[in-house]
Amino acid sequence: MSVPALRTPRVRPGETLAIALESVRTHRMRSLLTVLGIWIGIASVTLTVGLGQGAQQKVADQINSLGSNLLVVSPGSSTTGGVRAGRGTATTLTLADAQALADPTVAPDVAHVAPVRTTSGVLTSGSTTWTTSVTATTPEWLGVRARSLAEGRFLTAQDETTAAHVLVLGGTTVSELGLRTGVGSTVTLGGTAFTVVGVLADSGSSGSTDEDDLAVTPLSTAEAVLGTAGSNGSVSSIYLQGASGDRLSAAYQEAYAALATRHDTGATTTAGATTGTARAAAAAASTSSVDFSITSQQSLVQAATSTSKTLTVLLAGIAGISLLVGGIGVMNIMLVSVSERIREIGLRKALGAPPALIRRQFLAEACLLALAGGVLGLGTGYLGALLLPSLIDQPVTISLPASLGALGVALAVGVVAGVYPASRAARLAPIDALRSD
Amino acid sequence: MSDEPLGPFTWVDDADGTDDPATGDVATTPAPPVAGHAVVALEGISKTYATGAAEVHALRDVSLRIDRGEYVAVIGPSGSGKSTLMNILGCLDVATSGRYELDGVDVEDLSETDLAAVRNTRIGFVFQQFNLLSTLSAWRNVELPLVYAGVPRAERRERAHAALDRVGLAGRVDHRPSELSGGQQQRVAIARALVTDPALILADEPTGNLDSRSSEDVMALLDELHASGRTIVLITHDLEVAAAAERSVTVRDGVVLTAHDQQGEPVGAGA
Repeated sequence: MSVPALRTPRVRPGETLAIALESVRTHRMRSLLTVLGIWIGIASVTLTVGLGQGAQQKVADQINSLGSNLLVVSPGSSTTGGVRAGRGTATTLTLADAQALADPTVAPDVAHVAPVRTTSGVLTSGSTTWTTSVTATTPEWLGVRARSLAEGRFLTAQDETTAAHVLVLGGTTVSELGLRTGVGSTVTLGGTAFTVVGVLADSGSSGSTDEDDLAVTPLSTAEAVLGTAGSNGSVSSIYLQGASGDRLSAAYQEAYAALATRHDTGATTTAGATTGTARAAAAAASTSSVDFSITSQQSLVQAATSTSKTLTVLLAGIAGISLLVGGIGVMNIMLVSVSERIREIGLRKALGAPPALIRRQFLAEACLLALAGGVLGLGTGYLGALLLPSLIDQPVTISLPASLGALGVALAVGVVAGVYPASRAARLAPIDALRSD
Repeated sequence: MSDEPLGPFTWVDDADGTDDPATGDVATTPAPPVAGHAVVALEGISKTYATGAAEVHALRDVSLRIDRGEYVAVIGPSGSGKSTLMNILGCLDVATSGRYELDGVDVEDLSETDLAAVRNTRIGFVFQQFNLLSTLSAWRNVELPLVYAGVPRAERRERAHAALDRVGLAGRVDHRPSELSGGQQQRVAIARALVTDPALILADEPTGNLDSRSSEDVMALLDELHASGRTIVLITHDLEVAAAAERSVTVRDGVVLTAHDQQGEPVGAGA
């Protein structure tokens, strides 16, 4: 018998796809309605996730705008709501602490140290006065805080040693004082005339505080002229910049150990303390007894974004349900399509379409519909990402992985929704199918 | 299963069929051993449908042989079992028992996929309802079997056009079925049946939906195909239509009663 001649002919996948495409094209209205469910589902998932990520990104950007690889050492314990016992005593952060941390043998993973003492001060230019935050710091502040200059120069080491009467102003401060030309102007602060040597470039508003409303002056000048220094040179906070992102936690450990040692035994024993012994000391020191805290940007970002993350998951879940409903819609329409096309299926089978091919044809159709919905939904999502920020003042971030994920989900919905109708079509007996109606 | 009765109901407990009154007339001569030139060789084919507690014997012990180049009419009233016979001949259904060899292929135990391949390569169907896909143009309808045969597109187009040319519709290749008359639609269907160059053309009431002029057209076309050496089985209830064939087989109550040649002389099935 010539049974070998019965080898099932191979129909190319492109052919199956072409048949499925044709069917989608010939039933335009129905296809569109089917696609609509997936379309809305994917668009809402894309947008909610995009909004959530946008919100997280915004918070992270704000925190990261403080500088990169930043650690902030604050006096007292942040957990007691800013009530800092022992202010002005030997246990407060001091300039000496900052100098100790700058020592590469104490904290090798700390690249830069910028101690900051912030006070409020009244600036006068002519008849205009403006109260602003006066930041007394070192030249390293500019790099550590990732700021740049719009014009002029920043503080120099020479300013620091000579306690020069110089100021670097933020953009807001310059405009509030009504200064025509920022650099070269003379501004009075605490009865002393200062020369404006530089103007900072705008950083953009960071949360509730205007980072562009400030006057920066050398620490030595602040001590000498303004007399804001305590007897031991206390500072409000110390900014530390890690050598690199992955050495930040090492920098944290070193700084913590060094400060714990210093504040435990007085302000004298830093030289010669190796990192190892400093760490051991830190481990020995009870955390509750330390009078400082170190926060990293990472922890700030995490704390700030966890809420919006929860909300995003919740919203995306709801949007996911609409996607599920869309998938059920595809299944429903495909089932209708199968019963509507019983004759066509019967004919195709009579003409030699094997069951597997019929199954693939309907599966391909469901996938095409779902994928079309996915692409349209993604397009709508991108459009929304362009338009929404101007409407609701919320950034929308749509990432490439999220987009591909959405398409993958759409395709999966198509496969899941298509399997049952497709197998029903494949199981139809050609005679029954041909005889219907 | 069907909107037409399949045959007399026989209760299971007396379904042995030995006391069938028609037995005397039945062409019970067993088909001779399958020779190389037989297109259809049915041997003791029975088909039983179970409908609840009752069993319907649509076909009982049917033997039939059709040689290459023959033009055979299968005649029978509604419910005689001729549709079942046609389904089995067309590999659209499989017999409950018996042996069917189509063009040298034993089809009883084939899987659905293999049956599809047999239908695709060896049988050309012409249906009463034409069964053209309304969304496709004439040539796209004709090429369908070739799609499932895995023939490349360019060759499909060429062969479909040739088949339409053969049935006199060369000028209508891009027309949709709705733009064609009934007779033209049936000719498209015949072109579709021809395009794979099958061993057997199975025409099920091909003129059932046509007016008399179109019917003559279609019958003339079948005659032509027969003259060119095609093997054709025509299933009909219309004796006038059946007269076009060179041999007719009558089915009644699920059994093949007689086989006649054109002169009305009975001939043994497969003799």
